Amino acid sequence: MAQNPAVAEAGSKPKKTKAPSPRSGMSRALVRRETTSAYLFLLPSLLFFVTFVVVPMFICVYYSLTDYGLGGVKGFAGLNNYIKLFQDPIFHKGLLNTILIVVVAVPTVTAFSLWVSSAIYKMHAVPRSFFRCVFYLPVVTGSVAITVVWKWILHPYNGILNQVAGTTGFDWLGNQKTAIWFIILILFTTSIGQPIVLYVAALGNVDNSIIEAAEVDGATRLQVFWKIKWPSIMPTTLYVLVITTINSFQCFALIQLLTKGGPLNSTMTIMYQVYDTAYRLNDLGYACAIGVVLAVIIAIFSAIQFKVAKTD
Amino acid sequence: MSANSTALKPKKSGNLTGNSTGYTVFAVIILIVLTLFLLFPLYWIVTGSFKDVIAINAKQPVWFPVNPTMENYEKLFSRPAFLWLFNIVFISAAAMVLTCITAALAGYALGKKRFIGQKVLFTIIICAMALPKQVIVIPLAQEMTMMGLIDTLWAVILPTVGWPFGVFLMKQFAETIPGEILEAARVDGAGELRTFITVVLPMIKPGIGALAIFTFVNTWNDYFLQLVMLQTDTQWTLPLAISNLQGEMSSDFGLIMAGAALAAVPIIIVFIAFQKYFTQGIAMGAVKG
Repeated sequence: MAQNPAVAEAGSKPKKTKAPSPRSGMSRALVRRETTSAYLFLLPSLLFFVTFVVVPMFICVYYSLTDYGLGGVKGFAGLNNYIKLFQDPIFHKGLLNTILIVVVAVPTVTAFSLWVSSAIYKMHAVPRSFFRCVFYLPVVTGSVAITVVWKWILHPYNGILNQVAGTTGFDWLGNQKTAIWFIILILFTTSIGQPIVLYVAALGNVDNSIIEAAEVDGATRLQVFWKIKWPSIMPTTLYVLVITTINSFQCFALIQLLTKGGPLNSTMTIMYQVYDTAYRLNDLGYACAIGVVLAVIIAIFSAIQFKVAKTD
Repeated sequence: MSANSTALKPKKSGNLTGNSTGYTVFAVIILIVLTLFLLFPLYWIVTGSFKDVIAINAKQPVWFPVNPTMENYEKLFSRPAFLWLFNIVFISAAAMVLTCITAALAGYALGKKRFIGQKVLFTIIICAMALPKQVIVIPLAQEMTMMGLIDTLWAVILPTVGWPFGVFLMKQFAETIPGEILEAARVDGAGELRTFITVVLPMIKPGIGALAIFTFVNTWNDYFLQLVMLQTDTQWTLPLAISNLQGEMSSDFGLIMAGAALAAVPIIIVFIAFQKYFTQGIAMGAVKG
C-alpha cells in the first residue's frame, strides 16, 4: 500500500471522491461496459438479496391480503386482515408497548452511553479499555445467555433478587406492572456497549485545540460540551439513535424467553405478535399483515430520524 | 496504515482543568457500581454452572459455589453439546465468510462504478436494512422448505448473507478509493477482476475486518432465525439448545448456566484477546456509515 504515494495521500484524507455522473464525460459504450461489469460484481450479492429478502417481502405482502391458515391459502381476503388489525386489542397493546420500549430505551441508552463515554474517554488507556470492555461484554455474551441468567435472578423462589430484597415469592416477570420494566432494563444492559465504543472514538476525534482555546477564553465545562463537542459528535449520535431504535424494535429473545408476551399481553410487542400469530396461532395471513404494518412503522421512524439529521 | 486507523486514535489530553475532584470521584463511583451491575450476570452464569442442586435451590443467597461440582457439565455433555457449539461456530463463520466476499464485490461496484439503476438499487438496499427478519420469516421458511434446506444450518446462513448491511458498509469504504488509482490500473491493462483483487481489496481491508466481526457476533446472537429454522436436536445451535433446555426443565438452572457458560465464555475470550480490533471495527463501521 505504501509503495504508491497516491494511495498514501488519499488515505490521509478520508473524503469521498466524487465520481462523475454516468452521462458526463462518458461515452455510451463506456456506460454500457461499466454497467455490465458492475452487475457482474453485484451478482453474487444480489442473488442472495433477491432470493432471501426481496422475494419473501413480496410474498409476505401477498399473504397479508389472503385468508391463510393451517390448510394453506383459503382465498383472497382483500384488506380484511388489515381491518382486523385495527380492531385487535392485542395489536393495540403491542403497539403501545413497542412505543414505550422505544421511547424509554432509546433516549436513556443514548444519554447514558454519552455520559459514560465522556467520563472515560480522557482516562488513561488501561482504565479506558477496561470500562469499554466491561460495557461491551453483555453484547458479546449473547442475548440468550444473558436472558436465561436474568430469568434465574428474577425467579420468585430461587432468584437472588427476591432473596436479597426479602420479597420471597414475588414474581417480577409474572406481574403486569413490573414485567415490561425488567425487559427494558435488560435490553438497556445489552444495548449500551456499542454506543459507548462509538462515542469514545468520536469524542477522541474532537479537535482538542478548539477546546483548549475555549477554555483559555473562560468557557465552562457545559459550554465546551454543548458548543464544541455536541455538534462535532452529531453524526455519531444520529447513528446511535438509528441502531438503538432498530435494536429496540427487534428485541425478541428477551420476550420469547422471559415472558412470551405475557402476563395478559403486558409485554406483547408488534414484533413478538408476528411470531406468536404465525407459530402459535397459525394465522399466517394475519401475521404477514402485522409484519407489513411493522415494516411501515419502522420505515416512518427511520425517515423521521434521517430528516431530523439532514436539517441539523 | 491509513486515515482509518489514525483518525480513531484518541488524542492525548493532559488538560483536566474542567474536571473538579468532586465530580471525578462521583463519576468513578457510578462507573464502578455499573461495572458490578453489568458483570454480575456473567459471574452468576459461571459460578452457577458449578453449583450443586442444593445451592441452586437454596432459599438463602449462595454467593459462591461452596461445594463446586461438575455434575451440570456432565449433564450438559451427556447431550450433544459439542455438536451444538460446532453448529453455532459453523453458522457464524460461514455467514461471515460469504457475507464478506459478496459484500466486498457488491460494495465496490456500488461505490466506484457508475451504472444504470445504481440510485434505485442503493435506495432499495437502504430501505431493506431496517426491515426486521420477523416480517418476512413465513415466506422465508417456506422457501427453505422448497429448497430442502429447512432444519439445516444453511437455512440460517443463507438469509443472513442476503442481509444488505454488509453491502452498505463496503460501499462506504469503497467510495474512499480515489478514482485515479483505478484509472491507472485500467491504463496498465489490468482486467476488472485483477483490479479488484490487487488494488481494491487491499484498500478496503480494514472495512472487511469490521464487517467480519460484525457478522460473526450478529449471527451468533441471531436467536430468532435459529429458533424458526432449526428443529431436530442435532441441528440445534448452543443458544437455541439453552433456550430449549430451559423450556424442557425450567428449574434446572445449574444445567442451563453450564450451557450459557459454554456459549458465552469462548466468545468472551476471543473478544478480550482481539478487543482492539473489535472496538476499532465497530467505530470504523459507524464513521463510514
